[in-house]
Amino acid sequence: MSRVSRQALRLPAYRRDPEGTHPPLDSPAYRSTALRHPKRPLVLLPQRLTEVTGPLLGPGRIGPQDNDLTRQHEDEPVGQRILVHGRLLDGDGGPVRNSLVEIWQANAAGRYRHIGDRWPAPLDPNFDGVGRTLTDDEGRYEFLTVKPGAYPWGNHDNAWRPAHIHFSVFGSAFTQRLVTQMYFPDDPLFDQDPIFNSVPDPKARERMISRFDLSRTVESWALAFEFDIVLRGREASVFEDEEDE
Amino acid sequence: MNLGSTPSQTVGPFLSIGLPWTDGPAVTADEGADTVWIKGVVSDGAGEPVPDALVETWQADRDGRFDHPDDPRGAVPGFRGFGRCPTEPDGSYAIRTVLPGALPGQAPHIDVSVFARGLLQRVVTRIYFPEHAEQHRTDPVLAAVPAGRRDTLIAVPTAGGYRFDVRLQGEGETVFFDV
Repeated sequence: MSRVSRQALRLPAYRRDPEGTHPPLDSPAYRSTALRHPKRPLVLLPQRLTEVTGPLLGPGRIGPQDNDLTRQHEDEPVGQRILVHGRLLDGDGGPVRNSLVEIWQANAAGRYRHIGDRWPAPLDPNFDGVGRTLTDDEGRYEFLTVKPGAYPWGNHDNAWRPAHIHFSVFGSAFTQRLVTQMYFPDDPLFDQDPIFNSVPDPKARERMISRFDLSRTVESWALAFEFDIVLRGREASVFEDEEDE
Repeated sequence: MNLGSTPSQTVGPFLSIGLPWTDGPAVTADEGADTVWIKGVVSDGAGEPVPDALVETWQADRDGRFDHPDDPRGAVPGFRGFGRCPTEPDGSYAIRTVLPGALPGQAPHIDVSVFARGLLQRVVTRIYFPEHAEQHRTDPVLAAVPAGRRDTLIAVPTAGGYRFDVRLQGEGETVFFDV
């Protein structure tokens, strides 16, 4: 028996997302899942102290130009400048404040600055494709970057990934941790992409597509896209954790 | 209001341009006597190492407390509690930390997320420590795990710390949790 005395702890609880919101780990059309999806059933993890808390990663993680991917080198990167902005929200519509948002992406030619990316599109010496920022009190974030290109990959015949930006966010609890991808409206490659289509619910898939935002487009400078990220919300009421083992 | 959640997507093969931090593996900066390394290998269903994974850890401090407003016992500032390490070409990772204290009604443990190409969502597991065998008998999470698979959650002592391997699939498959 634990030497820590039992105590009733009032803990928040986070809603579980409806079936179909997230892709299954076993998703045969995306070949890399074949050897990497667990075959044994997942064990339900109750939400206790470790799961309802999470890392609070603040300003110490951010450098001055980290949210402007076009100014990280002496010269500007090649490509269409875009402002990507949005809000980090929980499922109840509340802002997730002062929270770290990290992005990474290919350059305008569709190539990542990574030793493993051998697709012979040009590298851009002025583009790393890495950004970080913190959400403000309203949960807002923004990045200035260039629109990433589509790129081929080896999943199936004539396979191309739709243009996308990878997003990593933490929320305020371990249960809210999310890595996702932001896509661009009306991409002709959606239909054949098994990663985009791994999400079973079509409405959920649409939540990964950014919205062209004319109101934030900067005259004679940059197009704008809006992308809100929604993390699971809290249950309506907290529950009493009775440590009922 | 209940907004639909944004779906999860894979980190892809090039996660290491955007996610790792220089100090990511150092959950604790100090080199105190109770500092331990947790090292292991992430492997796939063919037993091959996964060279493009990222391991993240989240844990309580030495006293079983979190630096977080939702710890109802009061936040205890100063311990990041979070570790992040990409795997090497040989599938290995290493996190430098301290053993967490016990939590009310639970044995000391560390929550772990693993991200990789081919994982459309992170997988989640827990690290427990062999010296707490007595507390493991009453731990509610271990109790929910089939007895024959619990050993996949128990770190193995090594010189300077512990070994904790993650097997995504196949023989000795690690227990993963639905959070």
